[in-house]
Amino acid sequence: MSATVAHDYESVGLLMRRKLAGFARTLRDNGFKVGLAETRDGLAILTLPAARRPEALRAALRSLFCATRSDWERFDEIFDAFWRGRGRRQVRTLVGSTPQASASSRSLPGPEVGPGSTGLPDHAQRHGDGCGRGDGRGRREGASHFDNLASVDLRHIVDPVDVAQANALASRLARVMRARLVRRDQIRRHGRRLDLRRTIHRNVSHGGTPVELAWRRRKIKPLRLVVLLDASGSMSLYTSFFVRFLHGVVGAFHEAEAFVFHTRLAHVSASLRDRDVTRAVDRLSLMAQGIGGGTRIGESLATFNQWHARRVINTRTAVMIVSDGYDTGEPKRLASEMRRLRRRCSRIIWLNPLIGWRDYSPRARGMQAALPYVDLFAPAHNLESLAALEPYLAKI
Amino acid sequence: MRLLRDRRTMTLSRDDISDRLATVGYVADRDIATALWLMDYLKRPLLLEGEAGVGKTEVAKALAAVHDAELIRLQCYEGLDQNAALYEWNYQRQLLAIKTREGMGEDASAIEEHIFSERYLLERPLLAAIRRLDPPVLLIDEVDRADEEFEAFLLELLSDFQVSIPELGTVKATSIPRVVLTSNGTREISDALRRRCLYHYVDFPDVDREAKIILVRTPGIDNALALQTARMVAAIRKEDLRKVPGVAETLDWAATLAGLDIHDLRAAPEVVHETMICLLKTHEDRARLSREVSDRLLGKVA
Repeated sequence: MSATVAHDYESVGLLMRRKLAGFARTLRDNGFKVGLAETRDGLAILTLPAARRPEALRAALRSLFCATRSDWERFDEIFDAFWRGRGRRQVRTLVGSTPQASASSRSLPGPEVGPGSTGLPDHAQRHGDGCGRGDGRGRREGASHFDNLASVDLRHIVDPVDVAQANALASRLARVMRARLVRRDQIRRHGRRLDLRRTIHRNVSHGGTPVELAWRRRKIKPLRLVVLLDASGSMSLYTSFFVRFLHGVVGAFHEAEAFVFHTRLAHVSASLRDRDVTRAVDRLSLMAQGIGGGTRIGESLATFNQWHARRVINTRTAVMIVSDGYDTGEPKRLASEMRRLRRRCSRIIWLNPLIGWRDYSPRARGMQAALPYVDLFAPAHNLESLAALEPYLAKI
Repeated sequence: MRLLRDRRTMTLSRDDISDRLATVGYVADRDIATALWLMDYLKRPLLLEGEAGVGKTEVAKALAAVHDAELIRLQCYEGLDQNAALYEWNYQRQLLAIKTREGMGEDASAIEEHIFSERYLLERPLLAAIRRLDPPVLLIDEVDRADEEFEAFLLELLSDFQVSIPELGTVKATSIPRVVLTSNGTREISDALRRRCLYHYVDFPDVDREAKIILVRTPGIDNALALQTARMVAAIRKEDLRKVPGVAETLDWAATLAGLDIHDLRAAPEVVHETMICLLKTHEDRARLSREVSDRLLGKVA
């Protein structure tokens, strides 16, 4: 449709056109889905006299380039940074300091404004590598309240063999579920109840004599898996492994959503859908900024319940929380949020890597508060323990 | 085939749209006029997202009023299929026709020709929207409730604007409707559909705008009460509620207060608390906003 509209692109100066292309690229780097059609339509907007007013241009480009609410919320910041020449550094500090930004934990780390596509994440990581990695490990015991802005590079921690195994395991879990679904489909093919209305309808060509019968069958939705991964300092030994597991789950499951939390919650499914594991994990390591900081399980769950639960949870959803239960927030808060979550979904699975340790008992206050609402409390310190989940998931 | 009506000749400028929105009684936020104008300029559908009750459907109604066009609404639900959305054969009449014509001794192919003609076709919203002479506004409400398969079908319709009916052939659009989709976010809708559309996130109106909405929609309410009501509702929305009151609830409440002949909320705190049943629709929320809380909020806003 939009292709049929003829516009006088020449009236837009070369500089402006380049700038728009750069803006589109910046948006893409920030996870916006901006295609050629959108860029072309953006150019069409630039040809208009109204586009000279910055506010009108902003509103128009926002409508055009945004596709989700999180896009919508981040757009202004990126727009200002790009068109009004504020540097990336400044924007970063803005994210940390503005109250709205920290209140809506959904907002991911500050926008990247820069030329590169894959080059940039590397930069950012190297930036924090010096203290980030060391910190991530050093803070294993003491959780701090501050977002640790350095991002730990997850890529180099894990052994390639483990990676392959984790991915294979995740897709095997998915296959188990799929096999089950096919079997159900076949049973349904015949249906249980006769659909009288459709039957008559279908047999109009036979003069109304019911020759072909139409059946009604219940549509069974596939199981959806929602994973909430604790990426805090106390979990740092396991985070990298589970990030890869998440990637496998999101890639292989028909319906899966992934979230990462520490002091804030971030929705990471979109970045995990990248086929390239390394790139996806890289991108995630940027989002999981704050790794090595404290854990606010209760608040992260509250964010999840308030903003995401309605969308990602249906009647056939299992929620999997991967965390050690060391919460620096109020246990009461955690308990009430677990209760809210419990009301929504059919199963809550809590995976705790510490269960694998000898003599472990769930004494952490957070863990104590959450346990009454958990259906399955299972260890997750190695691949076998994850594989042991298969039969349980298949039963849901 | 009739020629496609050229919509560009009727394109309104952005300022025209915002003026007309005001005259049709829609209190617009700053950017919605831009989005509505872009729809025409770029010929893309508009996807409105936002919480329940922020007035997404109202936008479509206002758009129809602005262009003086018919509003055709398709309410989506789980299990919505093409028969309910696009067209259906009126098979009762078809059966009747078969029986009578058989009795008259007509031959089979003639009967078939007859019963699969326009006369027996029932238009459903989507087919209706592309067969009008003047482009209507097509509101596809709560598209997130429909299944993925329907969404894929919708995507195809929105790019081709033609439909094939096996017994009749291809039906091409006589006019391209302006399409508004709304979503409450109960399910993630596909990237393809999102990309096809312009996007606008509808938030709860700010206090001034909500006060204006109350003034426009509630007859016999005075300025001060409207403002007080809007501020009170804004404060209530900040409380930790399970179901945040929408604009429709605000209007109900304002109408109730006006009907009880109240001019100042501070003067009647017990009425304020009692009439909050217009705003709070769950037991939990009702318990949370006790008299003390409501008085405290009242003290802050009024």
